Amino acid sequence: MLTKRIIPCLDIKNGRTVKGVNFIDLRDAGDPVELAKQYADMGADELVFLDISATLEGRATTLEMVLHVAEQVNIPFTVGGGISSIEHVDALLQSGADKISINSSAVKRPELINELSKKFGSQCVVVAIDAKQINGLWKVHLAGGSIPTEIDLFEWAKEVEERGAGEILFTSMNHDGTKNGFANEALAKLSETLNIPIIASGGAGNVQHFIDTFKEGKADAALAASVFHFGEIPISELKKELKNHNIEVRL
Amino acid sequence: MKLVIINYGAGNIKSIQFAFNRLGIEAVLSNNAKEILNADKIIFPGVGEASTAMKKLKESGLDELIPNLKQPVLGICLGMQLLCNSTEEGNTKGLGIFNTVVKRFSNDVKVPQMGWNVIKNLKSDLFSGIKENEYMYLVHSYYAEYCEETIATTDYGLNYASALQHKNFYGVQFHPEKSSLAGEKILKNFLNL
Repeated sequence: MLTKRIIPCLDIKNGRTVKGVNFIDLRDAGDPVELAKQYADMGADELVFLDISATLEGRATTLEMVLHVAEQVNIPFTVGGGISSIEHVDALLQSGADKISINSSAVKRPELINELSKKFGSQCVVVAIDAKQINGLWKVHLAGGSIPTEIDLFEWAKEVEERGAGEILFTSMNHDGTKNGFANEALAKLSETLNIPIIASGGAGNVQHFIDTFKEGKADAALAASVFHFGEIPISELKKELKNHNIEVRL
Repeated sequence: MKLVIINYGAGNIKSIQFAFNRLGIEAVLSNNAKEILNADKIIFPGVGEASTAMKKLKESGLDELIPNLKQPVLGICLGMQLLCNSTEEGNTKGLGIFNTVVKRFSNDVKVPQMGWNVIKNLKSDLFSGIKENEYMYLVHSYYAEYCEETIATTDYGLNYASALQHKNFYGVQFHPEKSSLAGEKILKNFLNL
């Protein structure tokens, strides 16, 4: 049976990990390669690197980082953040990234999804969607959630699928950073209306939240950052607990 | 040991090269007929769309070279699918090594299948030391139908061939280069065939 995936997300700036990471035995907490290897050893199923570099030079460093991760890590990884051209995607895939994720650039020019999936295959095109529930309606937000749009989450998600995305990474702005659990109602609706995998993001605070997002939210994968980085939820224990709750995971 | 990864412009092959590097083996990327014929072991990779990939093989004459190889050949993902008789993707005729056809998953399951699933009914030296129900990483929308040459199966809405073997030709639907330690073991086994 296809298992549910656990995905740590690492923020990268100028080729270095930025968010505080607090692992024991880590020689260099800012080294994405070392962190990635540790997560792979702990049983992470995939990794996501989010490039928050603001400059071109920073982006170039990230490309080098991707190459080093690909050299040393034996699980799949996705790179996202500031990607808006076919050339950029080509460079990332050539450097060894398995998938790329696009967000604002897809909203601004939806044809980009078609172009990327046609050229590189749907399997490597993840579309990330940040949305916020306002007066009961889920509205897509841009630029890391800072710019609201009038676009409905579910309509956009459907369009993203039809244009050839292989997967959707949905972050609820209402839940992100709260540690109060994932947006399971919206996730379940996405999962039931679409026929591509959905990654849940935003709100992970404890093990029960993961159980809920797989059972109630019907998510195919769950992504989190701080609960993993600070060792609050060790991945191996999380996966054992999920298994105890009859959720299929890779142990 | 001379290992060649056939480079015909289909998808990300760096990952495969890196995986062999981690095993201490230098793999050469090549589309040169002479270099491929002189290799001890050959990897036939592939990511992307089937008809486009087959077109690229034909342009470089590899469609005639590959079926005549005598060394162990390992097709990975789309590489494995292109070694079958045909695929529904782009209505493409395959190289006809494996006597089976490739079809699209039905919409009863999410397509693509993306993530870790188990391989079972293992029967080949390729899987020596690999336990039944080992997890492998898969990303695909099309599957090879079960046939006599099946050496591993996986369930995803139905039971399909996740690995095939015919004489010196091996094919795996999963990505051993991305399947952690068990995947590395399979690559090692291939080198030892």
